[in-house]
Amino acid sequence: MLANQIGYYSLILGLLLSVLLCGVSIKDFNRGSKQISQDILSLTFLQLVFVIVGFLSLVLSFIKSDFSNETVFNNSHTTKPLFYKISGTWGNHEGSLLLWLLVLTLFIFLFLIKSKEQPKKYRILTLLFQQIIIIGFFLFVLTTSNPFNYLFPIPSEGLGLNPILQDPALAIHPPILYLGYVGTSIIFSSSLAAVTQSYVSKEWGQHIKKWVLVSWIFLTIGIMLGSIWAYYELGWGGFWFWDPVENVSLMPWLTLTALLHCIIVLEKRAALTSWVVILSITTFTLSMCGTFLVRSGILNSVHTFANDPARGIFILIFLFILIILSLGIFFLFHKENSKKLNNFFWLSRETSILINNWFMMYFLAVVLIGTVYPIFLDVISSEKISVGPPFYQKLIAPFLIPFLLFMSLGPRLKWIKSKIENKRSLIVTFIISVMLTFFIIKNLTTDLLFYTVLISAAFFLFFTTLKELFIKKFNNISQTVAHFGFSLLILSILFNSILSSEIITNIKIGEKYSYSRGEIFFKKIEENKKNNYNSIIAYFEIKDENGKIIELKPEIRIYNQPVIITSEADIKTTLLEDKFLVMNLVKGNEYFNIRYQIKPFMIWIWISVLLLGLGGLISLFKTRYEK
Amino acid sequence: MKNKINLFVISFFLVFCFVIFYKGLNNSSIYTPKNINKKNIPIFEAKDLNSSAYLNSKIIFQEDTFYIVNVWASWCAPCRVEHPLLMELSKNQSIKLVGINYRDNLNNAKKFINELGNPYFQTIIDSDGTLSVEFGAYGVPETFIIDKNKMIIKKITGPINEKIVKEIKLIIK
Repeated sequence: MLANQIGYYSLILGLLLSVLLCGVSIKDFNRGSKQISQDILSLTFLQLVFVIVGFLSLVLSFIKSDFSNETVFNNSHTTKPLFYKISGTWGNHEGSLLLWLLVLTLFIFLFLIKSKEQPKKYRILTLLFQQIIIIGFFLFVLTTSNPFNYLFPIPSEGLGLNPILQDPALAIHPPILYLGYVGTSIIFSSSLAAVTQSYVSKEWGQHIKKWVLVSWIFLTIGIMLGSIWAYYELGWGGFWFWDPVENVSLMPWLTLTALLHCIIVLEKRAALTSWVVILSITTFTLSMCGTFLVRSGILNSVHTFANDPARGIFILIFLFILIILSLGIFFLFHKENSKKLNNFFWLSRETSILINNWFMMYFLAVVLIGTVYPIFLDVISSEKISVGPPFYQKLIAPFLIPFLLFMSLGPRLKWIKSKIENKRSLIVTFIISVMLTFFIIKNLTTDLLFYTVLISAAFFLFFTTLKELFIKKFNNISQTVAHFGFSLLILSILFNSILSSEIITNIKIGEKYSYSRGEIFFKKIEENKKNNYNSIIAYFEIKDENGKIIELKPEIRIYNQPVIITSEADIKTTLLEDKFLVMNLVKGNEYFNIRYQIKPFMIWIWISVLLLGLGGLISLFKTRYEK
Repeated sequence: MKNKINLFVISFFLVFCFVIFYKGLNNSSIYTPKNINKKNIPIFEAKDLNSSAYLNSKIIFQEDTFYIVNVWASWCAPCRVEHPLLMELSKNQSIKLVGINYRDNLNNAKKFINELGNPYFQTIIDSDGTLSVEFGAYGVPETFIIDKNKMIIKKITGPINEKIVKEIKLIIK
């Protein structure tokens, strides 16, 4: 109860501080001194403290199961384990917006501390732009999605958290993802500030690169955690479904990746300034756009969130204000740097990064169109369509071929003007890749030519980066590790999709099901009572073609609050493949519907994404200058 | 001059997007089918009411029996009236009942089933109503009878009654 009041008023105070901060910083902007006034730092810190207090009081309400709080009532239950009570804080609309605010205020505070060497006016403007975003979110939280709504009479029990959200990977997925997602706000604010101050330069590039890297790493890991959750919990056996909510996290990742590469050009050569600014703006706009699409309920997706048009309209208007503001600033203040700097030979590192940008823009366009086109079509012609995985696969896969090839060659080029060295070893590597691929997949797939070319390209990148890793040792290791991770990712995904096999059948206890590569035996079931669910555990023995027997125990859980039945897959992971078994109840029947999948190289998908993140991390912490 | 054209194009595009999104917020689920006379059952993928797992039409309609597809909702009063008859039909071994939960609050839907019994061997969620419309439904309740060739052979608009139950049993024989 008390926590409720404290939380609510600390949010209001936080909003008032935002307004105050705007005033103080405008005053300080015109003051003569070289450093920004200490007041601004203290106020920013105070604002962060208020948001933390607000956030903690919501956490506390969840821990204490204080059902006088509407958010807690809607999303928690006394029988839930403590861990999920806490993670329930951000597992819902109101709480997750509070997390948005927390990250927004945290990042601007860290930015002010970490940017002491930067020009004063630039820092103040960054603060101002960030405060505009913060004010927008404060208003959004307080007017349309107050996490501290009071309920009277106080309900004795809450409605419970959706069981599919009760999963360790999902408990940490939102905070990590948000650090990346919302972290892009600081890139947005500072690039707008830099444009107004004509400060888009090498120095600025070096300084903002750290922030780009931080967001990028968190976003990468956050997306991976979401994907892991989908794989283990949703029980469909896939890891990426091209669901709109997944797409909206992928879109900022694409632009952020392009931005990361552009920043390198900016920091080394002071070129591509327009690209950098536009990408900074786009990345954050896409984050906001994603929030709009997910939170307004305009899209139907597995992530069923509250559907409230008032919220949608607020974010929509706010989103367009930000877009207009940023475009206005860009057109008014941005001046393309002198022709000389943008002058580079067609075969050079700059060109290869530009090519990377265009590929990223293409992938972005595909994902964006696939995500929003159904909305446009629905409004214009009232026709309902849904865009599925084949659309994305057909449009993206072929373009991966040149993309992978450029990725293998690009980093070997020098700035300004270059020629390809070691042509012979490259050609040898390429031939090896093609032959290797051909021998691996010649009996596996019907679409031989396409897959041979695609996988060869991936192997080519794999081998060139691997060689680089051993020959050049620590020179440019971050880039090599990240690119190596990417090649591994593509290879794992491709082999996973080609080699996966699946058996769906109905089976009853004591029955054996034989298929071409082995045998499935349904031994017994066991029923258990847990605190917040009852479970049926089934014991299966699966014999593979070599006669090796493994035991898998998929589970069906019947949660009590709210009553939802979930299927927990049992997965045996080895380095080479995952064996995945999930079962469903068939109503009024002693049969269970089972789905047994063999998914090769699953674990390598996660490992390769971790490698990508590691590449970013190395780049963040290294001090050596790279060529 | 070029800048002005750019600016104009961009603003026009932005306004366009805004209008679309704004409209999209307000009318999200009005759906008119293209051909109602389609006799085959539509191919679809939908969530199961109890497990929220995705099911596709192939799996649901894989058995070699007659199926009855019943479109219902907890808020629909006639559905309550016809429910005992559906329970009666569900005891018949040679038919399988599939429920389509039409534009409903899931908690209410579950309460409805817990209260009155579950005649369906599978209940799927149709939160925006498109699936029901694909089947050719105009409202709730509606019932479709599907034969062994997976063709919709009969459609009953409104609640079923004793007479229709008899008719259904005749068809199955």
